[in-house]
Amino acid sequence: MELTTVWFGLITVLWIGYFCLEGFDFGVGMLLPVLAEDDTERRVLINTIGPVWDGNEVWVLVAGGATFAAFPEWYATLFSGFYMPLLLILVALIVRGLAFEYRAKRDDDAWRRNWDISIFVGSLVPSLLWGVAFANILRGVPIDSDLEYVGGFFDLLSPYALLGGLMTLLLFLTHGAMFIALKTDGPVRHRAGRLAVRVGAGAAVAAVLFLGWTQLETGSAASAVAFALAAASLLAGLHAALQRREGWAFVGTFAAIALGVAGLFLALFPDVMPTSLAGGASLTTSNASATHYTLTIMTVVAAIFTPVVLAYQAWTYWVFRKRIAVHHIPQATAVTSRA
Amino acid sequence: MDPLDIARWQFAITTVYHFMFVPISIGLSAIVAGYETAWLRTGHEKWLRLTKFFGKLFLINFAIGVVTGIVQEFQFGMNWSDYSRFVGDVFGAPLAVEGLLAFFLESTFLGLWIFGWDRLPAKVHAACIWLVHVGTLFSAYFILAANSFMQHPVGYAYNPTTGRAEMDDFAAVLFNKVQLVTFPHVVLSAYMTGAAFVVAVAFWHLVRRSTPEQDVSMYRRAVRTGAAIVMAAGIGVAVSGDVQGKIMTEVQPMKMAAAEALYDTEAPADFSLFTLGSLDGTEEKFSIKVPGLLSFLATGTPDGEVAGINDLRATYQETYGQDPGATYYSPGSYTPVVPITYWTFRIMIGLGLAAAAVAAWILVATRSDRMPRGRALMWAVTALPFLPLLANSSGWIFTEMGRQPWSVFGLMTTAQAVSSGVSAGEVLTSLIVFTLLYGVLAVVEVRLLLDYIRTGAEPVEPTSSTDPDGAADKPLAFAY
Ligand code: HDD
Ligand code: HEM
Ligand code: HEM
Repeated sequence: MELTTVWFGLITVLWIGYFCLEGFDFGVGMLLPVLAEDDTERRVLINTIGPVWDGNEVWVLVAGGATFAAFPEWYATLFSGFYMPLLLILVALIVRGLAFEYRAKRDDDAWRRNWDISIFVGSLVPSLLWGVAFANILRGVPIDSDLEYVGGFFDLLSPYALLGGLMTLLLFLTHGAMFIALKTDGPVRHRAGRLAVRVGAGAAVAAVLFLGWTQLETGSAASAVAFALAAASLLAGLHAALQRREGWAFVGTFAAIALGVAGLFLALFPDVMPTSLAGGASLTTSNASATHYTLTIMTVVAAIFTPVVLAYQAWTYWVFRKRIAVHHIPQATAVTSRA
Repeated sequence: MDPLDIARWQFAITTVYHFMFVPISIGLSAIVAGYETAWLRTGHEKWLRLTKFFGKLFLINFAIGVVTGIVQEFQFGMNWSDYSRFVGDVFGAPLAVEGLLAFFLESTFLGLWIFGWDRLPAKVHAACIWLVHVGTLFSAYFILAANSFMQHPVGYAYNPTTGRAEMDDFAAVLFNKVQLVTFPHVVLSAYMTGAAFVVAVAFWHLVRRSTPEQDVSMYRRAVRTGAAIVMAAGIGVAVSGDVQGKIMTEVQPMKMAAAEALYDTEAPADFSLFTLGSLDGTEEKFSIKVPGLLSFLATGTPDGEVAGINDLRATYQETYGQDPGATYYSPGSYTPVVPITYWTFRIMIGLGLAAAAVAAWILVATRSDRMPRGRALMWAVTALPFLPLLANSSGWIFTEMGRQPWSVFGLMTTAQAVSSGVSAGEVLTSLIVFTLLYGVLAVVEVRLLLDYIRTGAEPVEPTSSTDPDGAADKPLAFAY
């Protein structure tokens, strides 16, 4: 296989890792005001993702870095072209990351309320915008023959793109609710289980519409198979949730997201960023790629270190495998404010 | 304003800001790991208390380091897309490797360390924070390798067909001679910064009247070990900086000339400690000079010849006149902004030396169980953490401004590097957003740090057994 194809595959894997992992912690963040009834319950929710959210976020940094190294043209056009959405995502990730770390560090209601809002908004905005961004990549954006993005911000907000955003939003909400049902105990667990099914039904509708539309526009045989399996996994997950089999339910949404992302990249291949302009040029795995030498080096590095990373991240999930309930939350961990 | 200037301001502001937290993260993770190891070795409670106390301060700082780093990662594509296209084949690789090797390591093991207090055996727990520190070193190594390529491009060939720089030797990029001196210089200055922070915090508790009698010896240990690190790292920084000066003279002679505002070639060349004159240094009214020092810094001998700006400009024009950059700048801009390079170079060295001097003073004032006193010392210690911090920023501003007008030395100018498809309005929006956001975050973080510093090292509860499964139903340690 060509190394450019290998790297297209590896970048797909990195985005799958990102959406499957950060997807549920975005979901938990958005469900904070919905599922928790008091501060202790909010802390239960946050602590389910406490040890892992930062590691989950690194998947997107590595996806970005890998794109830079393997497809410099893609990185350059994508990041400069989607300037405003990326700015919003960055701001969201900044306030959200700090919120997790700082929220419990001061015993003050107003302080906690502000960070709760940061967590909610900081999880919502990227959940929506990543979907919008990927929909635009698939549909094609105005790229001229110099491989430069020439559209504006509002070109990115077509109905198709908004549907993509709605789909990721609902999927991550469902995924997050499934995760909470799996990782907590007590009333929160049951509320989360019930909510997962209801939001999941909406997610299924959005996913079928969006993935179907994508398949009609740009799909291939391989993407059709992936989309069908994604839909089946989502339905199986919802079915398991109805029967309160929380582990299988979570596996269901996990697989649905993984297969859905795989399908989207399959539908994209061999383009990486098609143009929507008549006289423009599409970025493809060959015209956007780095040299054979660089790709070879990167392949060796990835082959050695990716398994190591997967092993220790998996070990983290194993260490923190226990369910969390209200009685696990210690009392004061914070200093009292004197400011 | 044109997008170039705004993008440069944005890069300068966000990077200098990121680098306020980075050196503290690097230095403090090592010190906290050292404390935890000392606790494991001796079983003495004071080390555990110091681990937890400085561990919390470390986390508050690390969090901002992480979130501001994300901006840096995206910024190359957003604001410097032509740069990314041109050198992505070389520059992308260390960045990607950094993510894979460093960021995963840091973030995963930090999560384990924060939440693993009673889930992990004590030794494994201490190993986690060491791994976080190793992660910060990996991160520094690869990002500095990327930066060193910009200072002194190696391991690549220019391909006229694709119009870009393409990597042909990854090892040359990783072991660039500029990188081999930059890495120790930056890491040692980070140790200096982290240790200076520890010294100031512990010193404040040491001399405070309300500090309980039995805690005094704990804070004294923290002060003295910290001060020793500041001094030792300070010497290392000076030694590595000296070597850097020679390599810099070799690969970017204009930067050394601009560091001294030396317009005409001299042998021997003096080093001015302080100058009053016209802003660009062309005319000098008053100055204090150390004879031969510049020659020594640049060449290693007190009477070596140091090339001046005017001569270098002529040479550069001969060498780089036909470069891809030729059409983008006026010949005059081969000279960097001299007042900035001149002063930032002095501020870096001066504040670094001052920090080492304060550390020495503290060691003397606390020798053989003595209680330090005196107003002057108090002020000096309060200033201590800011000295290496500002020296760091000055060092970076010097290095990066001294490289101008180049983005990649000799290959691509900064003006060519900026995104051509991004409008001034977009860049201005992001500049304003980041500046405001970073301003607010600075206030929040400093107030939080101060609250935790004031609280001091709290007593620890008797430690439980570290049997990972026996701890099943207790409250979580270090919960969010
Ligand atoms: C000498 C060291 C050094 C330098 C020059 C830089 N950084 Fe940095 N960076 C670190 C050392 C570091 C660090 C010590 O590894 C972190 C982790 C936490 C912290 O405070 O700094 C960090 C965090 C950090 C993160 C977040 C990682 C995570 O999520 O865990 C990113 C994405 C970057 N950085 C990216 C950059 C980029 C693109 C830079 C260049 C402009 C840059 N950093 C300069
Ligand atoms: C180690 C990784 C770094 C890389 C790859 C890097 C790269 C860059 C780039 C692309 C620019 C913008 C264009 C240019 O002037 O060439 C720049 C400018 C700048 N960087 Fe760095 N930089 C790095 C680290 C830092 C750090 C850590 C600091 C300071 C804390 C810093 C300070 C600056 C400043 C002040 C400018 C503005 C210079 C100007 O606009 O004239 N850099 N650097
Ligand atoms: C005797 C003292 C020092 C000397 C001779 C010295 C020398 C140098 C030189 C020559 C450079 C420029 C390298 C280049 O652009 O190629 C540099 C950069 C730098 N210095 Fe120093 N330095 C000293 C002290 C310090 C101190 C005390 C700190 C911080 C605590 C510091 C932090 C930095 C940083 C962060 C950079 C930018 C990164 C780099 O290029 O290494 N330096 N130093």
